[in-house]
Amino acid sequence: MMAIGLNHYLILATVLFAIGLVGVMRRKNLLMLFMASEILLNAVNVAFAAIGHYYGDLTGQMFAFFVIAIAASEVAVGLGLLIVWYKRTGSIDLDTMTSMRG
Amino acid sequence: MEAIAFYLFAILTIAMFTYTVMSNQALYALSSMAAGMILISAFFFLLDADFLGVVQIIVYTGAVMALYAFGMMFFDSVREVKENNTPKVIVLTLSALAAVLVVAILTMPIIADNIGAAYPVIEGEPNPKVVGIVLFTKYLVPFEVAAVMLLVAMIAGIVMAGKKMDRSLTKMKEEEITMLRQEESMQKVTL
Repeated sequence: MMAIGLNHYLILATVLFAIGLVGVMRRKNLLMLFMASEILLNAVNVAFAAIGHYYGDLTGQMFAFFVIAIAASEVAVGLGLLIVWYKRTGSIDLDTMTSMRG
Repeated sequence: MEAIAFYLFAILTIAMFTYTVMSNQALYALSSMAAGMILISAFFFLLDADFLGVVQIIVYTGAVMALYAFGMMFFDSVREVKENNTPKVIVLTLSALAAVLVVAILTMPIIADNIGAAYPVIEGEPNPKVVGIVLFTKYLVPFEVAAVMLLVAMIAGIVMAGKKMDRSLTKMKEEEITMLRQEESMQKVTL
């Protein structure tokens, strides 16, 4: 069988990123939209780790750590905002958030 | 052996994440995403990034999934989620962008042939040790900034989600809680 190279991992990361992008496009429920964004961040993490491994560099892993830290704080703040919004309006659909006329 | 592991985990991960994106039930989407996160950590172990794999399991499957589970309790997630139909033009534009992205990503290793390692992996040392050396020397300031950011996020989460924390529901009597509920339903303002 063919040896696994950098391109294999990059293709996998791209496929995962595309799945996350589809999720962001088709979701109307905000909780599910957050889940799709987590998939996007994970796809990028895989690409970082793979590039770092195949170039013998540790910078890729470092950036993956910081991406994980940012993802964790994004979820905490995002869910807090979502709970406030749900208490005020009773729904977390994206279509109801039109108060700014965007 | 590595190839078998890679293809097995790749297929499983793609299947799990596809189900996360396509499912209409929030609970099933959450469970399949937790499984996908664990399977992603397998790639980190394959890539000799042991510490990153462990962090992935602890932070994502432990902390982030617990947050989503608590979030689901607040919302009415058992009902079927209706999804909107995005216009075809947007879908086509974004798919074209994704295709360009694929081409760009796959040509990167050819373009970047002469890249040298800034912080090379030290052979023969365990991964967590090397990661610790680089993290606490070269990336000390970003590390501290990330710590402050996590603290800010924690305070923000408490402030936003924890309204009415001055009243302890565990110390109140049943009648008091019932009266509180009635007041709230009379006022119709729950914030």
